[in-house]
Amino acid sequence: MSFTVIRALVLRYWFLYSRSTFRVLDLFYWPMMDLFVWGFLSMYLMRFQHGVPTYVTFLIGAIIFWNVLYRAQQAVTVSFLDDVWSRNLLNIFVAPVRPSDFIAATYLVGLIQCVIVVIVMTLSAHAYSFDLFKLGAALMPLFANLVFMGWSLGMMTMAMILRYGEMAEPLAWAVPYILQPISAVFYPIDVLPAWLQPLAYASPATYVFEGMRQILRGEPFDSKYLLLAVVLNVAYMGLAALIFRRMFNEARQQGLLSKFGT
Amino acid sequence: MSDPIVEVKNLRKEFNGSVAIDDISFVVKRGEIVGLLGPNGAGKTTAIQVLLGLITATSGSARIFGLDINHHRVPILQRCNFSSAYVNLPHNLKVWENLAVFAGLYGVKDYRGKVAELEEMLEISHLNDKKTGKLSSGESTRVNLCKALLNNPELLLLDEPTASLDPDIADKVRKVVRRIQKEQNTTIIYTSHNMRDVQEVCDRVLFMYKGRIRTEGTPQEVMNQYHQDNLEDVFITIARGGAVAPEERL
Repeated sequence: MSFTVIRALVLRYWFLYSRSTFRVLDLFYWPMMDLFVWGFLSMYLMRFQHGVPTYVTFLIGAIIFWNVLYRAQQAVTVSFLDDVWSRNLLNIFVAPVRPSDFIAATYLVGLIQCVIVVIVMTLSAHAYSFDLFKLGAALMPLFANLVFMGWSLGMMTMAMILRYGEMAEPLAWAVPYILQPISAVFYPIDVLPAWLQPLAYASPATYVFEGMRQILRGEPFDSKYLLLAVVLNVAYMGLAALIFRRMFNEARQQGLLSKFGT
Repeated sequence: MSDPIVEVKNLRKEFNGSVAIDDISFVVKRGEIVGLLGPNGAGKTTAIQVLLGLITATSGSARIFGLDINHHRVPILQRCNFSSAYVNLPHNLKVWENLAVFAGLYGVKDYRGKVAELEEMLEISHLNDKKTGKLSSGESTRVNLCKALLNNPELLLLDEPTASLDPDIADKVRKVVRRIQKEQNTTIIYTSHNMRDVQEVCDRVLFMYKGRIRTEGTPQEVMNQYHQDNLEDVFITIARGGAVAPEERL
């Protein structure tokens, strides 16, 4: 990988974001809307749970964490789509840019977006008396696992779009929501029917959200959750890299890269 | 002109059974300007895309600077550049932003100085703050060319650089290409449907038809082979199926 190349690619995204009010608003709009909806819902539910404010913390914590995963995936795929839509992919791949440089740049953009979103949501969540820092030392590793999972999903989505073109573009928005119901985001895994639970156990996010709920319930954090999330994330990242490599090579064999440029 | 910069040997490319390039071989030496000519669908663009590493060949090899493009894409592309009338820079960035990004991708030192020098030569200094998507085709071509010259490429691939330009701008572009070749001994592969361009700019031409190279030589040699006064008539002869030089038929 080349740091100079990654820096230049990130500079391009900086130029895009620094100019576009809509892009910046988009970065804040959806997370804030999520927070408002789930925050007010939580306050409403509290009326039926006198003296037990755990619903509030679960749901608000869940929506903040969900946005980390979603943003990480979105930043990767939308950054890639930006190059597809502006017909710039060909310019990039006739320059000395390795696919790994390109992916690293989108990861970096994703990480920056996640950090911004978490800061804004954490500050805003105080309005619902929620403090993300209650998660203590586990906060950063849990956050990192969600970012990693978002990156893997982003790379897999990018690979599909590279290979199947614009008909695969809706995947950029659909993929995270395919996983949401089975990743124990808003409810524990045992709520799922037995036949879905094995799928849920295969999602790294499941362990992150289960771990988060455990801490918010005031129980000691079971590091087994973290370990399982890391192992799965490493496996999926490797798998995503293999899929991307294969699709990139297929795109080169079939002349698809040039079609993104003209 | 001495060492070979591009060596293509028995290159073949098929897309789902249809042959785009059929066993072509050629060499381009340092400092040469070679015109890759032929009607639409002849295989010129595919050949250029193989040289740029965008497409992998079905068989045969393409070596640039002595390295195989399939295995050394990045070090080769570091020393090459590309400009096409049909591939524009991102329309939503300003001209200077695009040039800054591409200077970064090619690792250009002191890019501001380099950009200023090229912009002056191409007469586009006044476009810096304009959005790339708002440029006219003549401006856009010159900005693309500016991007293509940022890294002082040893090999420059130009895909129809004068397409849709008015005669004045087309003339300026041809002069810039000649100047770059003269001053930096740049090797240039040039595709065009404008035979006047080719006669004026190219040292040698390769005529492609249906994926094969039908004839090659200096523009004068090719015209002599086909007993024509200009390359346009040679082009028409080849495009209408008279692919074998009349001399060869005898």
